[in-house]
Amino acid sequence: MLKLIPVIVFTMILSACSNISNLTLYQQLDGQAGLERLVDSFINQIGNDEQVFHYFEHANISHFRAGFLNHLCVLTDGPCKYTRDSMVEIHTGMHITEADFNHVVDLLINAMNEQNIDHTVQNKILARMAPLRSQIIKI
Amino acid sequence: MNKLKLLFVTVITLSVFDSFASQGKLLATPGVSQVEGSGGGGIVPWAQLAGYASEDEFAINGFCSRADVTDYTLDVCGTQINLFNRVELSYAQQNFAVPALDTEIEQAITGVKVRLYGDIVYSDWPQLTLGAQHKSLDDGTVATLVGAKETSGTDIYLAASKLHLGAIAGYNWFWNITTRYSEANQLGLLGYGGANGGEKLLFEGSTAIFLSREIAIGVEYRQKSNNLGLGEQDWHDLFVAWMPNKYVSVTAAYLDLGSIAGAAEQTGWYLSVTGYW
Repeated sequence: MLKLIPVIVFTMILSACSNISNLTLYQQLDGQAGLERLVDSFINQIGNDEQVFHYFEHANISHFRAGFLNHLCVLTDGPCKYTRDSMVEIHTGMHITEADFNHVVDLLINAMNEQNIDHTVQNKILARMAPLRSQIIKI
Repeated sequence: MNKLKLLFVTVITLSVFDSFASQGKLLATPGVSQVEGSGGGGIVPWAQLAGYASEDEFAINGFCSRADVTDYTLDVCGTQINLFNRVELSYAQQNFAVPALDTEIEQAITGVKVRLYGDIVYSDWPQLTLGAQHKSLDDGTVATLVGAKETSGTDIYLAASKLHLGAIAGYNWFWNITTRYSEANQLGLLGYGGANGGEKLLFEGSTAIFLSREIAIGVEYRQKSNNLGLGEQDWHDLFVAWMPNKYVSVTAAYLDLGSIAGAAEQTGWYLSVTGYW
C-alpha cells in the first residue's frame, strides 16, 4: 500500500486547492443577463450545425429560448421556479442518440467558451446537467 | 522492425481518411493508448474503450509509443477497433531493446475488452469493463534463459473508471482502478512464470485532473509480481496528456519502472501519439 502514497497525496493536494465560493453559479454567470448571452450563443451554435439542427427544425425558437433560460436559472440556483414541461415530455419522440447528445454538449461548451465562462464554472454547470441525460436521450 | 514500419504506414494512411472519424464521445473521455495496446493510460488499461465511437458508431485508432529508460528502450505500435462502444479489439507489437547486450525482444499482443456497464461521465456507478490480453514472444530465448516457464500468456483484467465533472475546485477529476490476473514478467517481455511462481492478482490505478478540456495531468501505479526472482518492482508514472481535438492525442510521462532484469533504477521518459478515426 506504500506505493499508493503518491496517488493519495496527489489527490489531497488537489482537494486542498478548493476555494469555496459563496456566490451561486447564477451570480457567477452574471445573472439573467449572462444566461441570456449564453443561451443566445448556444442557439447560434445549433443554428449553424449540420448534425443536430434537424432536431430543432420545427421548434419555436422563442419558446426554446425561454424554456432553456428558465431551466438554466433553476439549475444554477437563480431566483426562478421550474415552470416548463418536464425533460421527458419535451424529448419524447425525438429519439436523440448518445452521439448527438454529446454533440449538443460540445456546442454548449463552444457557447460557454464564446461567452468566456470560466472553465471551472463550465464544469459545475455540466455536472448539474449530466444527470438529466437519461430523461433526454433515446425516448 | 518491419511490422512496426507497416503499422506506422497504416496509421499515416488512415489519417488521410479522417472524414470517417466517429466523434460520439466527449473530448478526451476515451483516454489514450497503453503499452500493451489497450485503451488506457500509459501503463494501465482503463475501463473506457479506445476511440470516440458511441453505441451507434465504430472507431479505428492507431498509436505509437516509446519508453526510454536508463538501460532499455521499448517501442510499441498498435491499433484498436471500437465496435459500438461495447467491444474493443486491439493489436500491438512491442520491440524491447537491450543495447548493452545488442539484443531486441519482440512481442505481439492481441487484446479484447468488453464494456459490462456504464459510462464514465453519465452513469451513477463507474464504467466497468472486462478485458484480456494475449501476449506471445516472437523468440523466447531470453525469457527461457532468465528462467521463465512460458513464452506466451494471457492476462485477464477488470477495470472501473469514472470522470467526476467539476469535482475538485471545479476541475474534472478522473480515476481508474484495474485488477489484473497475470503471470507475465515485465509485461511478458521476460516470459511468463518462473521459479517464484506464476499467476497472481495484481492491482493497478490511475488518477488525473483536467486542467482544461484538452490537458490532463495525472499519476499511475502498476503492481508487478517477481516470478523470476530478479527483483521486479512496481511501476509508477507521472503523465501529461494533450487532446487538442477528436483526431489526435499526445501523452508524455516520467517513468519509474524500478529494477528490470537486475538493472536497478530504470527511470526515464515516455512519449505516445494516438490517431483516431
